[in-house]
Amino acid sequence: MTANRLAESLLALSQQEELADLPKDYLLSESEDEGDNDGERKHQKLLEAISSLDGKNRRKLAERSEASLKVSEFNVSSEGSGEKLVLADLLEPVKTSSSLATVKKQLSRVKSKKTVELPLNKEEIERIHREVAFNKTAQVLSKWDPVVLKNRQAEQLVFPLEKEEPAIAPIEHVLSGWKARTPLEQEIFNLLHKNKQPVTDPLLTPVEKASLRAMSLEEAKMRRAELQRARALQSYYEAKARREKKIKSKKYHKVVKKGKAKKALKEFEQLRKVNPAAALEELEKIEKARMMERMSLKHQNSGKWAKSKAIMAKYDLEARQAMQEQLSKNKELTQKLQVASESEEEEGGTEDVEELLVPDVVNEVQMNADGPNPWMLRSCTSDTKEAATQEDPEQLPELEAHGVSESEGEERPVAEEEILLREFEERRSLRKRSELSQDAEPAGSQETKDSGSQEVLSELRVLSQKLKENHQSRKQKASSEGTIPQVQREEPAPEEEEPLLLQRPERVQTLEELEELGKEECFQNKELPRPVLEGQQSERTPNNRPDAPKEKKKKEQMIDLQNLLTTQSPSVKSLAVPTIEELLSLVSSQEDEEERNHRQMIKEAFAGDDVIRDFLKEKREAVEASKPKDVDLTLPGWGEWGGVGLKPSAKKRRRFLIKAPEGPPRKDKNLPNVIINEKRNIHAAAHQVRVLPYPFTHHWQFERTIQTPIGSTWNTQRAFQKLTTPKVVTKPGHIINPIKAEDVGYRSSSRSDLSVIQRNPKRITTRHKKQLKKCSVD
Amino acid sequence: MSRPRKTNFRPKNAYILKKSRISKKPQVPKKPREWKNPESQRGLSGAQDPFPGPAPVPVEVVQKFCRIDKSRKLPHSKAKTRSRLEVAEAEEEETSIKAARSELLLAEEPGFLEGEDGEDTAKICQADIVEAVDIASAAKHFDLNLRQFGPYRLNYSRTGRHLAFGGRRGHVAALDWVTKKLMCEINVMEAVRDIRFLHSEALLAVAQNRWLHIYDNQGIELHCIRRCDRVTRLEFLPFHFLLATASETGFLTYLDVSVGKIVAALNARAGRLDVMSQNPYNAVIHLGHSNGTVSLWSPAMKEPLAKILCHRGGVRAVAVDSTGTYMATSGLDHQLKIFDLRGTYQPLSTRTLPHGAGHLAFSQRGLLVAGMGDVVNIWAGQGKASPPSLEQPYLTHRLSGPVHGLQFCPFEDVLGVGHTGGITSMLVPGAGEPNFDGLESNPYRSRKQRQEWEVKALLEKVPAELICLDPRALAEVDVISLEQGKKEQIERLGYDPQAKAPFQPKPKQKGRSSTASLVKRKRKVMDEEHRDKVRQSLQQQHHKEAKAKPTGARPSALDRFVR
Repeated sequence: MTANRLAESLLALSQQEELADLPKDYLLSESEDEGDNDGERKHQKLLEAISSLDGKNRRKLAERSEASLKVSEFNVSSEGSGEKLVLADLLEPVKTSSSLATVKKQLSRVKSKKTVELPLNKEEIERIHREVAFNKTAQVLSKWDPVVLKNRQAEQLVFPLEKEEPAIAPIEHVLSGWKARTPLEQEIFNLLHKNKQPVTDPLLTPVEKASLRAMSLEEAKMRRAELQRARALQSYYEAKARREKKIKSKKYHKVVKKGKAKKALKEFEQLRKVNPAAALEELEKIEKARMMERMSLKHQNSGKWAKSKAIMAKYDLEARQAMQEQLSKNKELTQKLQVASESEEEEGGTEDVEELLVPDVVNEVQMNADGPNPWMLRSCTSDTKEAATQEDPEQLPELEAHGVSESEGEERPVAEEEILLREFEERRSLRKRSELSQDAEPAGSQETKDSGSQEVLSELRVLSQKLKENHQSRKQKASSEGTIPQVQREEPAPEEEEPLLLQRPERVQTLEELEELGKEECFQNKELPRPVLEGQQSERTPNNRPDAPKEKKKKEQMIDLQNLLTTQSPSVKSLAVPTIEELLSLVSSQEDEEERNHRQMIKEAFAGDDVIRDFLKEKREAVEASKPKDVDLTLPGWGEWGGVGLKPSAKKRRRFLIKAPEGPPRKDKNLPNVIINEKRNIHAAAHQVRVLPYPFTHHWQFERTIQTPIGSTWNTQRAFQKLTTPKVVTKPGHIINPIKAEDVGYRSSSRSDLSVIQRNPKRITTRHKKQLKKCSVD
Repeated sequence: MSRPRKTNFRPKNAYILKKSRISKKPQVPKKPREWKNPESQRGLSGAQDPFPGPAPVPVEVVQKFCRIDKSRKLPHSKAKTRSRLEVAEAEEEETSIKAARSELLLAEEPGFLEGEDGEDTAKICQADIVEAVDIASAAKHFDLNLRQFGPYRLNYSRTGRHLAFGGRRGHVAALDWVTKKLMCEINVMEAVRDIRFLHSEALLAVAQNRWLHIYDNQGIELHCIRRCDRVTRLEFLPFHFLLATASETGFLTYLDVSVGKIVAALNARAGRLDVMSQNPYNAVIHLGHSNGTVSLWSPAMKEPLAKILCHRGGVRAVAVDSTGTYMATSGLDHQLKIFDLRGTYQPLSTRTLPHGAGHLAFSQRGLLVAGMGDVVNIWAGQGKASPPSLEQPYLTHRLSGPVHGLQFCPFEDVLGVGHTGGITSMLVPGAGEPNFDGLESNPYRSRKQRQEWEVKALLEKVPAELICLDPRALAEVDVISLEQGKKEQIERLGYDPQAKAPFQPKPKQKGRSSTASLVKRKRKVMDEEHRDKVRQSLQQQHHKEAKAKPTGARPSALDRFVR
């Protein structure tokens, strides 16, 4: 119960409070809404009346709407008017008077003027002044920038800074100031003056100068006209030559050429009649041209046209003729002048022609037959051939056979080839004999020759094919059996000069292979006991060694160590003093034996150690040691079974292996015979520059500036002095004044400007005024 | 020595004009522009200078003195940096032109021997040469018959004026060989292995049976260095004041003679050392070993700078030419090889000699001499910078006994040979450098000059640790420490002060600086950078693939079943 009552009382209280609040609100609202319209107020009143109907706590609000007893100046009500009272209205009399207009105007002016704002506080004003002063000063000072920059970049500054005057006046100036004093001098000068000779500049007399200057107008005009004419003629000629050059017609050119030739001939004839000496000279010239032609091989069948014709020659008669023509021309041009007999010469020529007609296959064959150098050989064989044909054709095959037999001594498997060749040679000699007989009857020799050459060609073709087949079959054999060593033709023949010491049973092709060898000892052991002879053979046949599983492509960069050390070197035949004849002969006779003995001895001495293998092993170790190490973070037994004999799985190992970044390639990567230490020389590094100085961003830039030595050891004295001049030099015994505007060519001193600003802060430009204003507004 | 290719002249009063010009061919240069009126150019006499301006300098000569390596392209540089670089280049050009101009002052020319059409110069014997030359030169050929005290080693001083020799049986002597004035002659009563002058002719190092001894030019023993024992060979590095000794115990020891301290004692780990020579270009010591290798040493490193496999047998002799370009080696396999020392270390030419060369030496102008038994062979190259061609010997000479020591006399066309029968001084035309640097090594210097030179040389002493294979590498920035320093700085500061600032678009007017457009511009730049990065990485990948491809065989579908 009590609780209930309590609650009720509380409620009542709150209600009372609410009610108490209301009138206040009302009052406020009333005061606020003074300017509101009537209707609204009436509505308010109504609401109030309604609210006060329930009786309790009713309050009468004081409102005065009409005249009351108590009227005071403080209680003026403005109700009803709805407008503000304007001051001007008060002044206005009942009837308007003109005299008050001025006062009104003044009043309005006073009203329009706002109140004066508060002055800024001191600090702010000072700050603004400072800012403005800074800007101004910066502007003033900026004119010094170029001077400062120049002085900074100057190679040398000499204090006190003063303008240098040209110390030495030119001698002419000195002379002009000089006057004759002694009587002798005066006399001489008088003489000079009298004769109008120059005194100071003695090159030309005034008369001469005048005459030089004079060139009559006519003369000048004539000269100009002449020059113009010459220029025009030249241009015409050039245009003509250009046009003619552009003509593509072959016929035209042929005609022109022929015409020229004829003309030349005619002229020559004339010349011969008129002036034999000049003609002789001309003849020499022609001869020279012929020689040039002979040297240049222009009419050989090596040109593009000739080659195309050579292809066509087989089918096309015309082409053949053209070819013949060219060849004959060539022959004519390349003819030697001192010839014994015409027929022999001609034959030689035909021989040449044949040589030229023969395809390359023939040369190949010859090379195969006779030895290493095809070029040498070709010329040699041709020489012998020619000689043989001139002397005795029958001798030739024997000669050839002899050569072949020589080669046979070296190379047995070439036998088949050789037989074929012999056959070929025989046929050839036969043909030559017939040709000789043909030569006796000159008529129709051309055709027969042609046919003969054709015959030879066909023969050769067949032969070369046979040879090729033979080769292939032999190769196959070699590869299948693998024991027959193929002789390398590229290798030069002199075998004796190769030091025996260098020939080792195991042959190493590349570094990798050698490494493999080093790893697999058993392989090594298998190789080692081989006899030396076989080792040699295997060395000579590096490319088709039977037990090499795959042919590795040699890297071009890689230099084979073995080759490096086994390079053949020419030996000195005799080392004794060559003047002593007996000694020389003695040495040369004993040489071979001595050498052999020596080699044997050396071979025995170095039988045990293998220098190359040791070196490569060392190098491998060095490379391994310098490589960055991988980090293995695998924990055995983590996430799987662990224990003795159990290894973590490969996958896991791969997952937890941190690979070290690959360093730069070693300097000795491609140098098998060198180990270069890659370690840093820290003692030397202490002396090196380790911080880049200011304007440089990359060390290459800086390095470039310190590459020239400045010491006197490397430079001339002058250069050394210039390179080591101090940046700043102060003259002793001089006062060094601060730099002034006058020194650098400015008129007003900057100092005064600055001081003016500081003392008179009112002198502020419009811009600064604006700034000030902005600050004050804020 | 770490002074590469110096010019051995120093003009005192050479008049060098400031404005210099290089010309490709000798031509009359254009008139300089400063002279506006031709009258002022004329002299008093009225004659006009037909060759106004400084004389032109041939380009090749100037090129010889240019040292800036312009082959490397520099990254883009700022204006300030560029101006510095330009200054450096201009300086280089100027100094090299000056140097080229003063080449004129090298008045002497090297001598030579030329056979009459097809005549072999090797057949010309010493007697012929002596007969042909003037008396002063002929006096330089002499023989000292010293049969008593065994094979001799010999050494010329750096000026080429003095000669010291030591016989196996203890005979040590030093003399001014030009005037034949004896300075001292003693017997040390011990086997003498090697003998060498120190920086001047006043001091003499002798490798005796037990220890290394130092004598002065009176023959008074000054020091006995017991830390260098059983020394077989001596080398003196003149610019570092280091005496390098190779011992029987396999140690290479560097002794600083200016302070008397052992700088480094290096164990070569290759047994007995008895083949040694120095590279005059970079002061690296070359040691020849019995396993056919030649190792290159510097006192700063405990291990050899490089090892070169030269011969199948042991190395018998090593010599390096004065420019440090070529090394000649001879081995037990009777071969004589010439190696290129400019980075490749490959043999340039090889020759097999019937007896093999036991001693080798290069002359100042690149002649190579080899002593084989009692015969001495000299080979010459085409020019100064070319290796000697081993085809035909230039000169040969037979001595009265087996050769034991060889050295060309500096600045003279003379070869000194020590053998069992004494000492022979041979005339070899074209061996010596004809022009000497008067301030560096003056054969005619007085006592006072020598003392002054000594002080200067000591002041200019090069620290021992600067010896390295490429002395020009010292003029490079130590990139490793530079990068390390940078990294540390970034760590310390928490940011990279040299990092490129992120792109900030410039404010623009007329409403184009709206937020959207700013963002757009930023994005554009970002995208461009990204594209660049992607492009680069793609290129790298391509490279890698191209490299990796040829090694692997063609993949097969069945590869997946391979275990």
